[in-house]
Amino acid sequence: MITLNVNGKTHEVDADPATPLLYVLRNDLKLNGAKFGCGLGQCGACTVMVDGEAVYSCLTPILLLQGRSIKTLEGLGTAEQPGPLQQAFIDEQAAQCGYCIPGMIMRAQALLERNPSPSDEQIRAHMNAGLCRCGTHMRILRAVHRASKTMQGAIPGAKRA
Amino acid sequence: MNAKASSGGFGPQTSGPGLRLSRREFVAGAGALVVSFALLPRLGTAQAAQESRAPALPGSLKDTPMLDAWIRVDADGTITVFTGKVEFGQGIKTALVQLAAEELVVGPARIRLVTADTSRTPNEGYTAGSNSMKDSGTAIMNAAAQVREMLVGMAATRFNLPADSLVIEDGRVRAADGRNVAYAELVAGQSLHVTAQPQSKLRDPKSRTVRGKALPRLDIPGKVTGAVAYVQDLRLPNMAHARVVRPPSYGARLRSLDRSAAEKMPGVLKVVRDGSFLAVVAEGEYQAIGAMRSLGRSAIWDETATLSPKTDLYAELQSLPHDDYQIRGDASASAKAWSVESSYRRPYQMHAAIGPSCAVALYDGGKLTVWTHSQGVYPLKGAITEMLRLPPDSVHCIHMEGSGCYGHNAADDAAADAALIAVAIPGRPVRVQWMREHEHLWEPFGSAMLTSAKATLDAQGTITDWQFDVWSGTHSSRPGQAGNLAAAWLLQSPFALPTPKPIPQPEGGGDRNAVPLYDIANTRVVHHFIPKMPLRVSALRSLGAYMNVFSIESFMDELSLAAKLDPVSFRLRHLKDTRAQDVIRLAAERFGWNGFQQREPGKRLGRGFAFARYKNLGAYAAVAMEVDVDRESGRIDVVRVVAAVDSGDVVNPDGIRNQIEGGIVQSLSWSLYESVAFDDTRITSRDWSSYPIMRFASVPQSIDVHIIDRPGTPFLGTGEAAQGPAAAALANALASAVGVRIRELPLTSKRVKAAIGV
Repeated sequence: MITLNVNGKTHEVDADPATPLLYVLRNDLKLNGAKFGCGLGQCGACTVMVDGEAVYSCLTPILLLQGRSIKTLEGLGTAEQPGPLQQAFIDEQAAQCGYCIPGMIMRAQALLERNPSPSDEQIRAHMNAGLCRCGTHMRILRAVHRASKTMQGAIPGAKRA
Repeated sequence: MNAKASSGGFGPQTSGPGLRLSRREFVAGAGALVVSFALLPRLGTAQAAQESRAPALPGSLKDTPMLDAWIRVDADGTITVFTGKVEFGQGIKTALVQLAAEELVVGPARIRLVTADTSRTPNEGYTAGSNSMKDSGTAIMNAAAQVREMLVGMAATRFNLPADSLVIEDGRVRAADGRNVAYAELVAGQSLHVTAQPQSKLRDPKSRTVRGKALPRLDIPGKVTGAVAYVQDLRLPNMAHARVVRPPSYGARLRSLDRSAAEKMPGVLKVVRDGSFLAVVAEGEYQAIGAMRSLGRSAIWDETATLSPKTDLYAELQSLPHDDYQIRGDASASAKAWSVESSYRRPYQMHAAIGPSCAVALYDGGKLTVWTHSQGVYPLKGAITEMLRLPPDSVHCIHMEGSGCYGHNAADDAAADAALIAVAIPGRPVRVQWMREHEHLWEPFGSAMLTSAKATLDAQGTITDWQFDVWSGTHSSRPGQAGNLAAAWLLQSPFALPTPKPIPQPEGGGDRNAVPLYDIANTRVVHHFIPKMPLRVSALRSLGAYMNVFSIESFMDELSLAAKLDPVSFRLRHLKDTRAQDVIRLAAERFGWNGFQQREPGKRLGRGFAFARYKNLGAYAAVAMEVDVDRESGRIDVVRVVAAVDSGDVVNPDGIRNQIEGGIVQSLSWSLYESVAFDDTRITSRDWSSYPIMRFASVPQSIDVHIIDRPGTPFLGTGEAAQGPAAAALANALASAVGVRIRELPLTSKRVKAAIGV
């Protein structure tokens, strides 16, 4: 049994310790946010936060995650009560197929928790690790800027993470 | 039409060939207008319509003419709209709901939309070719208007008032005297099972409240909060996980296999083998991956060197057997001396979805259900039925979204895999997820293409003669037949890939947009169709239009240079089509084409312009672009892009902007970086490092999309309009920046550097 802390809740997981977090999140915990994209750490679709940092869940075995704080898309809000980044993506209509978007949101969350008012250049550099094939980049950038404005100074969960 | 629909459109009819079919008994359950054989009478009504020589029904009503196949009003107030088209990120669901809501005069939240499902929705073939608004949008809009008129007619009868004295407010019909009735009450005991009429009383464009507005996409809140949004997220009770061990190369055969190690691994339920088709099923997903790797290590394949990387790809294209189709002009339309001649090259390129293909299938009691992100559930159903040699109607395909596909990717192949595996493990749902390298190596690519353009200019700079040749493989090898499914080639009793036929004009495939929209006295266009290509090829967003527009619009700039005329005015003087002129003028004006200057002396800034009308019958799009070229590295930075688009009557302006923005970025990615690599046997572009695409660091500083709305005109589609113009505007901007034209895609920094000669 491996103990994982996901979105503030503790889970006992009966899985091979070498299993990448992605499969445990999706299949054992039934969380859809993190997506399988490449399994190689090249695209960012599986991105979640671990202790405040953006991490590729497809490459990170659960063995390494005991006692650490994991946050997924589901930890930011719900469709009824979206978190600031989720709301910003809705407001900017920053999705086409949307498959890469959960990873984009988690990557942006990690940035904004560390730097609440990043420059456009900093956002582009930080988001560069995430791939989008629909070409939604301009809207994603706008959504991160928008969230940065709404989150200024007070980020719920920033200290907790 | 108005009077007819209001008074008698829904009641017993006294004449007309559709009668026999509408004189049926509706399912009485709860008074709902649920019709038991809504989808069955297609043949009958089609024959009837033909016999009566009735005017053609609009959009997909042509093929599915019964109103209740499209719209159902339940006695509990639920309104369900059915479409045979699918969502893959283009926003079609939202636009279709807007159309239905507008014509039914209800809030969009009241409408439930059911997308492609072989037991529930009309068969609208593939969701492709930017045709969804034209086909399904037109059908739903007209069906909704006719249903509304029927409901108003029912209310008029009930109130004993003329229909035109009644008003509707959010699904409730009101009389001036205060009496009112909800649709739900009206439908109790009534039938919507009637044949659509050719004409509908559509709502006045001026009174629209839902259409033409940027209604937020209905699917986005779920997608950004972790709802079950994709087939990848489908989690059925007792579901097992499967992985396929794909061959290493085209035509490879499984010579030997030691399955003992894999079979002993924890969680492994079954190794499935049929000829060279090899898969493994396990309880857990990561267990299936481990077993797949174990099997992959033990499998020994016989491979054949079928590819020729050392040969010039484009010389090879011209040397392959091809069928020639002259699609415009005649053999005499050739000039004695050409003023300008150029040829252009486009390599194989990928769809490269971010999420590899996935499907879930369940075989139970002789019935197979497949959840798939295929673009065509009905054709897929036929192909799977044939592949598994199952009785007709034992396969049910249900669409669920996948990652954006941009054409015929591996969606259908994954569905076929799931079907094969599910049949081997009856009673358990099986989820098959392709790995990254599976998608890269096995998806059908966009065909490599070669074009040649020649033209003569007169003394005034007018094009008098034009000859254009395009060499291309097929742009459609979609299923319909088992042999179009990758797994079917590998079976013990295999199916061969059917020989493709060219998609006919006016839409065309490899020759899509090969005919210039420009007014030219003598034009000759020849499509050299190559039936058998060395690499697997099929439909990639915009098909041949991407390359043909890249070629024609690059060539137009070369001609304008030869004629010493401004590229924008040169285009305008060759176009009589005023809608074409309008998008060109709008894009040029908003870009600041005429006042454009090298803002920073010493920098290599350039401006480029391009235009096309997609398929020559779809949306008009013009793109202006500014680039900054670094002479040392050859790197092109796209600074800003301005586009103007006319998609006809606008249903959701933000949906159009999103598609055009995305189309521009994707086309820039294709045009700057992308080319499928291979050796003599294997594809070597197997992941994102060996097939790089555009990233945030390279996207433009800004993209502005301006829309020209044409209320009351037909829908022209949007999804593929930007691909060609964006590529040509890029090449033209590069030529403007450094004075060198590159005619081979992609415009890599290596090619730019070599061309500049730094």
